[in-house]
Amino acid sequence: MLQHPPAPPVISRSTAVLLMGLLALVTASFYSLAIKWGELFSADALRSGLEFIAGFAPPELAGPFLLKIAGATLETLSMSALSTLIAAALGIALALPASGRMGGALYAITRLMLNVLRSIPELVWASILLIAAGLGPFAGTLALAAHTTGVLGRLFADALENLPPAPETTLRINGATPLAAFCYAALPQILPQLMSYTLYRWENNIRAAAILGVVGAGGLGQMLKYHLSLFQMQQAASVIIAMLLMITVVDGASFWLRRKMTGS
Amino acid sequence: MLILLWPMLVFSEFKPWILFEAQSLQASWQFLASFVPPAHSGEFLQLLMVATWQTVAIATAGLTLALLCAIPLALLATESLSISMLETGRMRLAGGLIRQAARWLLVLLRSVPELVWALLFVRIVGLGPTAGVLAIALTYGGMLGKVYAEILDSSDVHGTETLLKNGSGRLAALFYGALPEAAPELVSYTTYRWECAIRGSVVMGFVGAGGLGQRMDESLKMLAGDEVASMLIIFVLLVGAADWVSTSLRKRLG
Repeated sequence: MLQHPPAPPVISRSTAVLLMGLLALVTASFYSLAIKWGELFSADALRSGLEFIAGFAPPELAGPFLLKIAGATLETLSMSALSTLIAAALGIALALPASGRMGGALYAITRLMLNVLRSIPELVWASILLIAAGLGPFAGTLALAAHTTGVLGRLFADALENLPPAPETTLRINGATPLAAFCYAALPQILPQLMSYTLYRWENNIRAAAILGVVGAGGLGQMLKYHLSLFQMQQAASVIIAMLLMITVVDGASFWLRRKMTGS
Repeated sequence: MLILLWPMLVFSEFKPWILFEAQSLQASWQFLASFVPPAHSGEFLQLLMVATWQTVAIATAGLTLALLCAIPLALLATESLSISMLETGRMRLAGGLIRQAARWLLVLLRSVPELVWALLFVRIVGLGPTAGVLAIALTYGGMLGKVYAEILDSSDVHGTETLLKNGSGRLAALFYGALPEAAPELVSYTTYRWECAIRGSVVMGFVGAGGLGQRMDESLKMLAGDEVASMLIIFVLLVGAADWVSTSLRKRLG
């Protein structure tokens, strides 16, 4: 009679431990947060929630108010475009040392810098920069630029590091200066990648710029926060609709552009 | 280029010289100077630990609820489980309508930014983590549901089709056909979103939804630089840790 080895377990032991850990994490989260389910689903809360939602209708559509919204939308778009430009310039400047072209010490320092810039979200940057730049869209622009510099710098540096080194080395061996070798060998190779990363971040930044204002950094978010805190629900509803419209339009445009560019 | 740039500079009130005015220089300098040394009294660190845990817990609980809302919606929205499509090449009207409705609901849930959901919930349920959990649950429910449906649609349908053609129920076809095929991708995307939710829950604290963000907002308003400094450090570490956990999980499962 043939001896069959025992069938392998359905889940391996390490996966089982992992799943148990996840379960424990979820349980502990719900337990420690003490979410007020009772209050949330009580008749009282439901009624005030419904009242709250009913307050949104109809959205404020008066001419002057719509003009104000249009202004804030333009402000939001300018913040995002300007900050992406700044971030692309700073990003490439930081990516050069961060791709290991200027020695180990600079590599470590710039990578750390990019990591810190990147891991602090735009909103946190905005609320810190408010102190230096004052309330308004300028602080928002700087905040977006700071975070995006971290993101783009890292992506650019990775792109530079992953380049095949042969063309640049050839130029260098034949006596080209480092700058010339970079401009003629490395840059043309990564340029399409840089462009597509930058455009992608711009799209992201439009969305981020829309909400940054919640801490007072300009744009549509600032209007939303203002009207919500005055309990002017109808105005707030218009601002939210404007936000959604802007995001949808940008999404649509970028989808269309990408399909065009990938050429189909 | 210049013609485009100029109005942008005006609209965003781009005035770099503000940064270098004596008054703002002094304010920033005082604030930055108070960063060193970061606050490190035992009591404060304990407070910070509680807030950090709260942030992680908000993200985890929010994502769990998001899963509860995303999975049924994704199953409603995916085309890979349509029986009428298999038989006639077209969806029945009722099935098509339900799918479209599920899709629209998902679009609505995810296009309102999480911060806006949080602002609204803070008005309804009051300050605290409940608003954050609900905001994450709704936004991420929308995102996860959409991506789950897309993954199920784009994965190899051969197994599912065979099962459905031979008369298996939809759930059975899902469990034995589509799910094994798509599981690694589904899990990997979910872990990635958990990482995003941690960042999101810090940010939502700024509008009063609990956790590290709310504490940071308070300290910033009091210009307590030393507290802000230690919070930023903790925050960078937390994001790094979440990044590491999610990458290693994805490597293991993917």
